[in-house]
Formats: sequence, structure tokens, C-alpha cells
Amino acid sequence: MTQKFSEKKESLAMKNHPSDDGSAYVPNFLRKLGQDMRIVFLIAACFSILAVALICVFLFANGIPTMIKIGIPDFLLGTTWKPSNNIYGILPFILGSIYVTAGSIVIGVPIAMLTAIFLAFYCPKRIYSPMKSMINLLAGIPSVVYGFFGMVWIVPMMKSIIGSSGSTMLTACILLGIMILPTVIGVMEPALRSVPESYYEGSLALGATHERSVFCIILPAAKSGVIAGVVLGIGRSIGETMAVIMVAGNQTWMPQGLLKGVRTMTANIVIEMGYASGLHRQALIATGVVLFVFILIINLSVSLLKRRGEHE
Amino acid sequence: MSKRIDYLKHHPISAIVRCLVWLAAMITAVVLVFIVGFILVKGIPNLKPSLFALKYTSDNVSLMPALINTLIITLLALVVAVPLGIFAAIFLVEYAKKGSKLVSLVRITAETLSGIPSIVFGLFGLLFFTTTLGWGFSLMSGAFTLVIMILPLIMRTTEEALLAVPDAYREASYGVGAGKLRTIFRVVLPTGIPGILSGVVLATGRIVGETAALLYTASTVAQVPSTLFGSGRTLAVHMYVLSNEGLHMGEAYATAVVLIVLVLALNGLSSMCAGLLMKGQK
Repeated sequence: MTQKFSEKKESLAMKNHPSDDGSAYVPNFLRKLGQDMRIVFLIAACFSILAVALICVFLFANGIPTMIKIGIPDFLLGTTWKPSNNIYGILPFILGSIYVTAGSIVIGVPIAMLTAIFLAFYCPKRIYSPMKSMINLLAGIPSVVYGFFGMVWIVPMMKSIIGSSGSTMLTACILLGIMILPTVIGVMEPALRSVPESYYEGSLALGATHERSVFCIILPAAKSGVIAGVVLGIGRSIGETMAVIMVAGNQTWMPQGLLKGVRTMTANIVIEMGYASGLHRQALIATGVVLFVFILIINLSVSLLKRRGEHE
Repeated sequence: MSKRIDYLKHHPISAIVRCLVWLAAMITAVVLVFIVGFILVKGIPNLKPSLFALKYTSDNVSLMPALINTLIITLLALVVAVPLGIFAAIFLVEYAKKGSKLVSLVRITAETLSGIPSIVFGLFGLLFFTTTLGWGFSLMSGAFTLVIMILPLIMRTTEEALLAVPDAYREASYGVGAGKLRTIFRVVLPTGIPGILSGVVLATGRIVGETAALLYTASTVAQVPSTLFGSGRTLAVHMYVLSNEGLHMGEAYATAVVLIVLVLALNGLSSMCAGLLMKGQK
């Protein structure tokens, strides 16, 4: 609206006298500044494009030649990671990342979804805002603190239950399940709230209970938001680094079960980057590229889901 | 009471589901209280004055240098990212035409950035700032890596704050003869400040808690470097190194307490700002 308005004015102003937006007698240099600032804002806005482009260029330029050098099938599907013998297969870490992420979703999403439903449809007014700020706090706690908590509390607990080492895939799944709660709740709650009230009322009027209305009418109506929440949770989980390193055991073997240690792609990068050099270092960067591609796919599906949600 | 029992009798499934919903909410609440409580209870007794000595030695395992480094990196990153983010948001809200290709590209890339995990930023920082630009392992490399990381957050919160400023304000400003630039800086930005501030505080929280992106950009030296191009560890990195070594668990607990208290304070500050914004809109 205002945009159009000022443009029209500008074209008028050019014909008559040098004034900006209709204000009278603006000195020429100020007018120029106004136009210059537009370019400054434009450049600032383009910075995020530049950043993404740079990240892509640097990661791919370093990672892809390495993958080709190692051999793409050997790299992606190789089951052995032995940098000392120049064997670089990252399948154990890809599978590790996928398993840990899937586990965390299985543990975290049901709790998060029910909590989001609680916040939207059950929560007494009095406890809503403390509950909400608590969840915000949960989102703000640094991942290294979560990892530390996992290390000093969950790991010993697991150890006393299963007997052997407590740093297992299950431990990582539980910890990540906790960590994704605020992300998933934060997306699902507004999605549930945005379903028109009349759906709920219509369902009640037909004799359904509160629960039935919420779970059978509102939840399906908010489907795309709910799925977006899950996908965001997946993104958060697969990219998590520090917390996983501190509880997952980090063995380089193929994942051998819930109660055995596992290493994820993120963990692999952080653990070995400190002392790696040459092809080993390049292989770690290539691991990062694989992770990056995973994330891009997840991002893309989130934005597709969002767009679909808007169309509905 | 009898009504409730009736409900339970006639709709057993509904009753079970209701219990599940409450149970899930309780789990979420209890887990949070437990984590924070556990760290505080175990950590506070470990807070000793020697932890705040200005110099780090292997005897005192002081966290003070890390705290100072955190402060420096936060300031550096904010000084660059805040103007950039605000300017970008101004462009998106005040200048850009709706539906232009450029705007959707900016939005897509900003969304992409906000979804990238911190370790990928860390790798990029290592490749670009540390190696290609030759800044080495330094506070500068770390801070600039974080700039890219928090930029989308600041952009988004500023954009929301600017969009919340009623158009009547702008029109009134044009109406009394102000130009576009003056309207933006004198009317629109001041009105949106609480929202912008809450975004900045959230970004600070992310910086304070960041580890993976800094491990291979700012690296892990436990002292305050003499220049910005020296390496230094932040508090979160300090905590990771301590718990990784496993030699100073007491000190690690204490560091966790300091981190949690910092994050708590920042969270409170952010919601205070958001509250101010709500008040301003009423």
C-alpha cells in the first residue's frame, strides 16, 4: 500500500521539484542518502543468500572430490571406518544417525504431541503461562548441559539396569527425545490452536466427548502442522552433536542394537576433527556434506509442508 | 465428583486418553524441573571462589577466562549480526515488493540457515574463516561463524516486530512530512524495539550455549587471548572439555550451574521484552 503510494509520489516529484515522499525541500544529499540506504538494506538482506551460497560452495567443493577419491559407494556404503588403514566407510555413522533420530522421535513425539494438546485444550489458565515459560527454558538449555546431565545421571542409571556400559543407543534416544520436546511442542501447539473453533463445537454438538473431538476432529485437521513439528524434530535430532557424543559411546562399529554403543555422523566429525589431517580430515568434511544433504532434504520437506498447510 | 465418575463409566476410552494427556504434560514438566534441579543441587556446593580466578591454571580450573571469552564472542557476534539482521528485516518489511523473487529467495535461505545444525556451521567456519581467510583458531573466526548462525533468528524476530507496527503510524509520519528513512528510524524502529530486543536476547542465549560451532573455530585454549585473533574457549566449550576429561567433575557441575543461570536470566529478560511489546500494542 504505502509502497505504491510513495512510488507514485516519487515519479511526480521528479517532474516537479526535488522532494522525497512529498516532504518539501529536502536537501539533495539527504535524498541521495535515502536511496543509498535502500541499497544498504538490500545488501543486508542478500547476506543470508550469500551465506548459504558460501556454505554450499565450501562444503561441496571440499567434500565431493574427497568422496570421488575414496569412491562414492565405498564411502557411503562401506561398513568399516579405519582411518589408520585408509578405509573410510561411513555407513555405520549414517545408520547410527538414522537409528538414534528414529528412536528419539518414537520417544519424544508422543509426549510432545500430548503436551501440545494439553496446552491447547486442557491446560487450566492458571498453570498455562508457567508451563509455557518452562518449555521455553527447556529450549534454551545448552545441549552440552543436556549431554552432561545424560552423562552423570542417565548413563549410570542405564548401567545399573542393563549391567554393561550405560553409554548406548537407547541412552542417546532418551536424551534426544527430551531435547526435541520444546521444538515439537512449539510447532504443534499453534497448529492445533489455528483449527477453527467451529470444528470442535460441531463435534461436541453431535455428542462426541471432549477427547473424541480433540483427537478425531482437531488433530486430523491440524495434520500438516503436526507433521511439520515431527519433521523439525527429526532435523533437530539428526543435527545434535554434543549431547550425543557425551552419552552414545561412539564406537565405530556398525550399530549392533539398542543396548550397544553407537556413533553418529555429527559425533564422528567432532571426535576426530581434532587430530585428523590429509585424507582423513577431508573424509570428515565429506561426512559433514552427507549430513548437510540430509538436513537440506528435511528443510525442503518442512517448507513444502508449510506451504501445503497455508493452501489448506 | 459424581459427574466425573459418570464420565469415567460411560466413556472409558476418553477417560484413559485424558489421563494420558495429563501424564504427558506432567512428564514434560517433571523432566525439566528435575534436570535444572539436579544440576543446581549438585553444582552449587561446588561453586568456589577459586573458580573465578582471573587466570586459568590446572589447579584452580578457573572458569573466569571462559566467561570473559564468552562475553567477547557474544559482543563481537552481536555487533555484526544485529545491524545486519535489522537492516535485512527493514528491507523485507518496508522496501521489498510483495511476491518478488528476491524476497522469497531471502526467506528460503534464511529458513535454510536456521535449520542447519551447529556442527555444519562449525565445519564451514573451519574451512572459510579459519583456513581460507587465514584467521586461524581465533575468537574472530568463532564470532563470525556465530554471526551466520544467529542471523536468521534476528531477522525473523525483527521482521515480526516491524510487521506488528500498525500502518497508521507510518501513514501519520508521512502525513506530517517525514521521508521514508526518517519514518523508519524515528517511528517504526522505536516502536518495534521490545520485539527486536527479545530476539537479540534469544540470540545471545544461543551463543552462550553453543559448543559444536566453536570447537574448531575458536578452539579450546583456556585463557583470555591477548588479541581477537587468538584462540579462547567459551563457557560451553569449557564445560565440554571438563566433562570430556573427566578429571574435574565438581568444576564441571559448577560450570553447568553458571551456564544454566545465565540462560535462565537471558530467558527472563527475553520474555520481559516480549511482555513490553504486548503492552505497547494494547
